[in-house]
Amino acid sequence: MAHTGRKDAPELPDFALLKRLAKDQLIYLLEQLPGRKDLFIDADLMSPLDRIANVTTLKQHEVDKLYKVELKPIFSVSDQLCFLIRPRIQTVKWIADIVNSDKASGRFRRYKIIFTPQKFYACDTVLEEQGVYGDVTSDEWSFYLLPLDDDIISLELPEFFRDYFLEGDQRWVTTAGSALHLLHSLYGPFSKVYGIGRCAKMVYESWREQVEDGEQKAQQPEIGNVFLIDRDVDFVTPLCSQVVYEGLVDDIFRIKCGSVEFGPEVTSSDKSIKVMLNSQDKVFNEIRNEHFSNVFGFLSQKARSLQTAYDKRRGMDIKQMKTFVSEELKGLKQEHRLLSLHIGASESIMKKKTKQDFQELLKTEHSLLEDFEVRECISFIEEHINRQVSMIESLRLLCLLSLTENGLLPKDYRSLKAQYLQSYGIEHLLTFANLRQMGLLVEQQPGEALTVVESKVGKLVNDKTVGKLTDAFSSLAKKSNFRALSKKLMLIPKTGEEYDLRVPRDMAYIFSGAYVPLSCKLIEQVLERDGWTGLEEVTRLLNGHEFAVTGGTSGTEARIKTDPQRIILVMFLGGCTYSEMSALRFIGREKGYRFIVVTTAITNSSRLLEAMLEYQA
Amino acid sequence: MSRAKPEDDEYWNSSKFKAFTFEDDDDEFTKLKESKRAVNSILVDDDDDDDVEKVSWSGEPIGSISWSVNETASSIRTGGEQSFPKINTAPSLPKQGSVYSLSSLFRAKSKPSFSESFDTSARVYAPVLRRPKSECQDYVSDRSPEETIRRMRKGKAYSLERFRSLQDKLLLLDEAVSAHDGNVITAVLIYLKKSLDKEILFRELMLREIALRHYVHYLKEMGEQKPLVELMKALGRTEDMALMQYKEHMNIKDEVERRDFLKKSLGLPFSQDDATHVQDHYTLLERQIIIEANDKKGEAEIFKKFPRKASILNMPIITTLYYSCFYHYGESEGTFSSPANIRKTFRISEKQYVLTALGARAKLKNWFDVDSLFNTKNWLGYTKKRSPIGFHRVVDILQKNNAPVQVLQDYVTLIDDQELKLSLAQKYKCHDVVINTYKDLKDRQQLIVYQGKMERGSHEYRNIEELLNNMQIRWKN
Repeated sequence: MAHTGRKDAPELPDFALLKRLAKDQLIYLLEQLPGRKDLFIDADLMSPLDRIANVTTLKQHEVDKLYKVELKPIFSVSDQLCFLIRPRIQTVKWIADIVNSDKASGRFRRYKIIFTPQKFYACDTVLEEQGVYGDVTSDEWSFYLLPLDDDIISLELPEFFRDYFLEGDQRWVTTAGSALHLLHSLYGPFSKVYGIGRCAKMVYESWREQVEDGEQKAQQPEIGNVFLIDRDVDFVTPLCSQVVYEGLVDDIFRIKCGSVEFGPEVTSSDKSIKVMLNSQDKVFNEIRNEHFSNVFGFLSQKARSLQTAYDKRRGMDIKQMKTFVSEELKGLKQEHRLLSLHIGASESIMKKKTKQDFQELLKTEHSLLEDFEVRECISFIEEHINRQVSMIESLRLLCLLSLTENGLLPKDYRSLKAQYLQSYGIEHLLTFANLRQMGLLVEQQPGEALTVVESKVGKLVNDKTVGKLTDAFSSLAKKSNFRALSKKLMLIPKTGEEYDLRVPRDMAYIFSGAYVPLSCKLIEQVLERDGWTGLEEVTRLLNGHEFAVTGGTSGTEARIKTDPQRIILVMFLGGCTYSEMSALRFIGREKGYRFIVVTTAITNSSRLLEAMLEYQA
Repeated sequence: MSRAKPEDDEYWNSSKFKAFTFEDDDDEFTKLKESKRAVNSILVDDDDDDDVEKVSWSGEPIGSISWSVNETASSIRTGGEQSFPKINTAPSLPKQGSVYSLSSLFRAKSKPSFSESFDTSARVYAPVLRRPKSECQDYVSDRSPEETIRRMRKGKAYSLERFRSLQDKLLLLDEAVSAHDGNVITAVLIYLKKSLDKEILFRELMLREIALRHYVHYLKEMGEQKPLVELMKALGRTEDMALMQYKEHMNIKDEVERRDFLKKSLGLPFSQDDATHVQDHYTLLERQIIIEANDKKGEAEIFKKFPRKASILNMPIITTLYYSCFYHYGESEGTFSSPANIRKTFRISEKQYVLTALGARAKLKNWFDVDSLFNTKNWLGYTKKRSPIGFHRVVDILQKNNAPVQVLQDYVTLIDDQELKLSLAQKYKCHDVVINTYKDLKDRQQLIVYQGKMERGSHEYRNIEELLNNMQIRWKN
């Protein structure tokens, strides 16, 4: 719609190549197992696989039947079983069970596991321990990157978030490094890498080592700069309600691998429809980054112009009609279909949001961000909990409260936790322990001189209280410092001024003008300053780990803003939200950059918090 | 895209995609790279020595403090060469181990092994020179921890068997940690788990937070609950241990077994707050089992009229309270299933209680019960309505349960905020409330407007007419 800003944005590289590479490698791996075989696919690999190959491709390579991995006994009669899985211990154990039960019943088959994107040693250990090592062959399918759109690439590894940030397991660091390396060898060489976060540093190192070990062909770079960012640098942004169209659709209908399933309430028929949401969808492409309040206006305008286009038919003679039918009608029909879907989706969003007192919810969120009437916010959250409204939503508000306030007062923490457990189940004790570990929901620490205690206890390694103190330290180290950061980076636009959401003046429009996303603001600032200079106070508040490095001698080249220099690859370690992508597209338009978002997975508040829950083993 | 194109064939042979071949290429070139890396890493180790004093036994958090001290943007050199510079990534173990670890004390006494000779060339050859030949015969070339980890990271053949002394094992672990490769860290830990007594392993892990977290995660994924609990205990992380054991209840399907398990859990060293919650959990399930046994039969009238949709087992406290307000309202406090008993047992706040009871009684359309929830008598015996939750919220709940206007208006009237009262009254068509509010506000104009919306001759219309003609009211407009 009415977007001004620079028009000379550079062209994006073509990422279709990534799909082709992945597909070819998969075919190669399938050919390594000649003959007919049944293929078992991990449930969460099915959609990504769909994006790069289809059933025909698999059938062409002698795949007989396809099954979803369900960790239950199987009923395959094939002599060859192939498993396409993520490297998870549970799945490998299940496979070992299959092999062992075949052995017990005297059945002979060949088994092959294809791990993607890589195998872990722990998986081999399971095969060894279960006595099936050697009976099962394994391979790796280095399917690191799935392009979801022209400017979005996903590693499709939602578990990255929990594994790294909650469990402290660095198993995916090398994976992320390899993904970056793949992009570098196809679209690089990169000239600058900026980053912030512990994981970002490790990924950088892993990538750098791989670059050093391999050889880079001299080629014209298509991507100039890279920004690596850890999700825990900014937890506030992904926990806010999304109000930009694409984000809202994700929050409500859950976009999966770039596609969404609209139920009967949207399609106004009795069946669901799956739609791909990307820039190919002309209607969607125009509203995806818009604040929801603009979407209706846009859609009705679009409907009117569509009507006019249809109306042209009137008064046409046969010949004109023929051209119309062959040239325009198909496009119009397609547009018509999409338009009615998005109108249906918008209506359904409206209905859901008014039912849930969405206004009040947003008001609370904004008050928390602004540090305004926090007591009222607490009683709103309390009532939310008391009424047993959505378990995840209550948790989201609690975390926002804790992050913005740098922790809850001990008495509030105790009382809110108790009420939460009463409303949603006492087993959420475990959820609270996880959230504390993550620094997402913590008690304010009394300002004791912890450092003194630390140095004293530090020497008594056998002291039994050590564990407890470690916990205290880690929650201390994870202080969010949101207020101070918000002030320093001016994340909250001045209140009182009218904010015209149709003509956004900054990234705050993605949150109704109430808040500029911290993650995107950092990226903007660093690009503007070409480094972290002048942001010392900010990085201190973010617990450091920032870096900015230049590669090669092409220093002079890098300074000239050539097209590749204005293409910036932002890698989110632990997930990125659609709202953040909208915000980046916005500054891209304003400043003449093009951003490519590479993320370990698309996230939103529900996914982020669901990753903190404990389930039965 | 569905068909393989000619250029796709090329890519299998191109050098970029080396990763797919798993052979071992130990050529001169890689060796050169190795020494370069060794030199680089020594440089980094030197840097680390400076902050040895600042680094403490604990892992990550303190590491991150030292980070923020050391790591500013300026400290990163811009590489003058054709490549990106190495940056200091994480607190690597050599410094952790060397400060406080018991192994470091041990190391001082022990005979020098290659672990000490942290020198580029010596590292590779020294062990070979020091060992009797018989020990080395089976090896093509001996491998330092660094080389071993490197091979593991690249998926090349390796062997861990030669890492037999504690120091060698720990060096291997530390090397894996400083390579930041979680996969390799876990692999080394699996080897240590098999080849070290757990007490020794725990003691060393205590000093290595990053390795420890990998180990804990590995045990969790393997479902090895027992060693996990032992480890937590050894580390003094008793609260974590208690929670881990408590988590087991989720895997127990049978409610009686689950209850018994929870009962046993009561003795675990939870934090004070959590201990109360777990006690509640046990009590709750115990009650639910009793209630379920009685209600399953569904003999009482209410169950026939409103059949249960699900069992009450394992539901949250508030859901149980709602259930009891729905099916067991008015039972005496002595019975386990009575709302009063549940309220008391689980220390439910008045606000929460009223909210839940209101929902349940409104669902049953028992407006009499709804009324009595809010009625209080003052000392003169007059009844007055009082509520711990805002009356607008009460109205909201009643309305969602399709309460008739006669019921709704009683509560709309009680809303304090005049504006809110008016808007809700209009929304839910509580005409009398609207009329009375305008009368109280002495807003003649609005009253006339409202009269226009009423049906001519209706009760409300006449009512407004009467008010407008009342000479005693002093209108403000």
